[in-house]
Amino acid sequence: MGSGKGKNLKLTLKVWRQESAADSGKFESYDLDNVSTDMSFLEMMDVLNEKLVLEAKDPIEFDHDCREGICGMCSMVINGNAHGPERATTTCQLHMRRFKDGDTITIEPFRAKAFPVVKDLVVDRGAFDRVVQAGGYISINTGNAQDANNIPISKVDADEAFNAATCIGCGACVAACPNASASLFTAAKISQFALLPQGQPERVERALNMVGQMDKEGFGGCTNIGACSRACPKEISLENIARMNSEYLCSTVKTKS
Amino acid sequence: MSRMASYLTSTIGRKQTMGIAGLGLSVFVLTHMLGNLLIFKGPQAYNEYAHALVSNPAIYIAEAGLLGIFVLHAINAIGLKIRNAGARTRSYAQTVNGEKAVSFASKTMIHTGMVILIFTILHLITFKFGTLYTATYGDAEIRDLHRLVIEVFQSPIYVAWYILSLIALGVHLSHGVASAFKTLGFNHPRYNCGIETFSLIYGWIIALGFISQPVYVFFIHQ
Repeated sequence: MGSGKGKNLKLTLKVWRQESAADSGKFESYDLDNVSTDMSFLEMMDVLNEKLVLEAKDPIEFDHDCREGICGMCSMVINGNAHGPERATTTCQLHMRRFKDGDTITIEPFRAKAFPVVKDLVVDRGAFDRVVQAGGYISINTGNAQDANNIPISKVDADEAFNAATCIGCGACVAACPNASASLFTAAKISQFALLPQGQPERVERALNMVGQMDKEGFGGCTNIGACSRACPKEISLENIARMNSEYLCSTVKTKS
Repeated sequence: MSRMASYLTSTIGRKQTMGIAGLGLSVFVLTHMLGNLLIFKGPQAYNEYAHALVSNPAIYIAEAGLLGIFVLHAINAIGLKIRNAGARTRSYAQTVNGEKAVSFASKTMIHTGMVILIFTILHLITFKFGTLYTATYGDAEIRDLHRLVIEVFQSPIYVAWYILSLIALGVHLSHGVASAFKTLGFNHPRYNCGIETFSLIYGWIIALGFISQPVYVFFIHQ
């Protein structure tokens, strides 16, 4: 394992094991030797699972897909931080060089009532899909592509919309928020459309419906703590939440229903 | 549900209501604190200012309004806290830390708020509804609030409790004022940092202004 440049760690892993949503779950400790500092966190989990399989034990279930920090599938709360200790990093891009020999690492699932545990570290983030289904799209017929520069968009708006659109929907904001609020996620989705021309026709309904669905899913409310933005692997800014708040307020005033 | 009802029951609507009420209360504490500073001018100025306030017929409207926004602020805060606590039924083994840690003020708003709530009730009992001394200036016989204040602040326990509560208010305002602006949707990259700094300074000016009174009475005035 590894390039040979790094060193090997001996770790104690305290991992959350939970059979199903109905099970109450508990921590179990595992010792793991020879963990290369060049490994990613998920590679370390793979090694642990191989060991568990060889011991005829149930491997630890965890979510992962692209392993290059763009799909939003990996999760985990590592030593109290969603996606681990490093800013702007997903769990799959976190490397074992961030840890020291002899460390005990606590690994938990994202915890929120709206994200029920499926098994071990896997949680159901379907609530995010339903928030997006409530208005995180445009349904206008665009026809043929516009000529370039036909509708000028300011550089500032384009940049802010793009920054909001970098949200990968991983749910770290919910996991890190002391209120388990989905405000940063919902705000990013509302912002990316509110700033661009194609988002305008459904702007009012979008804000009302997405916020309504966010509340219906049982997420907490925002108290501007900022834990979400610090945990966000894409560093989505709190300014998006302020924008969502004004979008929601203005939409309430503008709506006819 | 009508749009107004759904707004007022949504997390954002409740937070915005709480934020507006909170900003109102922030302005009130500033005027209250400035009024208190008259203690440095002497008993007559202090008592005459207090008399001018309570003898104005508009005081009843002002007090009713103040009570209204205080209750609105507290009810929304407690209601949202209950909802937020229910959004995570099982807590983490560790909380956010290191590079991802959050400020003390932001995560203790409900605690500092509860201290302020209890303080306010006791404060009204002690002063507004406390012993009624009178003083005569010229022909006018008015309430001698100054004497009561001097009397109350002789107790080291009361002074300590007062100072602790006002520190809680300072911490509460240092996050609360900036948070209210964000909640109401005010956001501009150029001003965000300024609003946060203003909030921090505002909170501590209020707290220190109030604290100066018991400190002056207990240690200097005697």
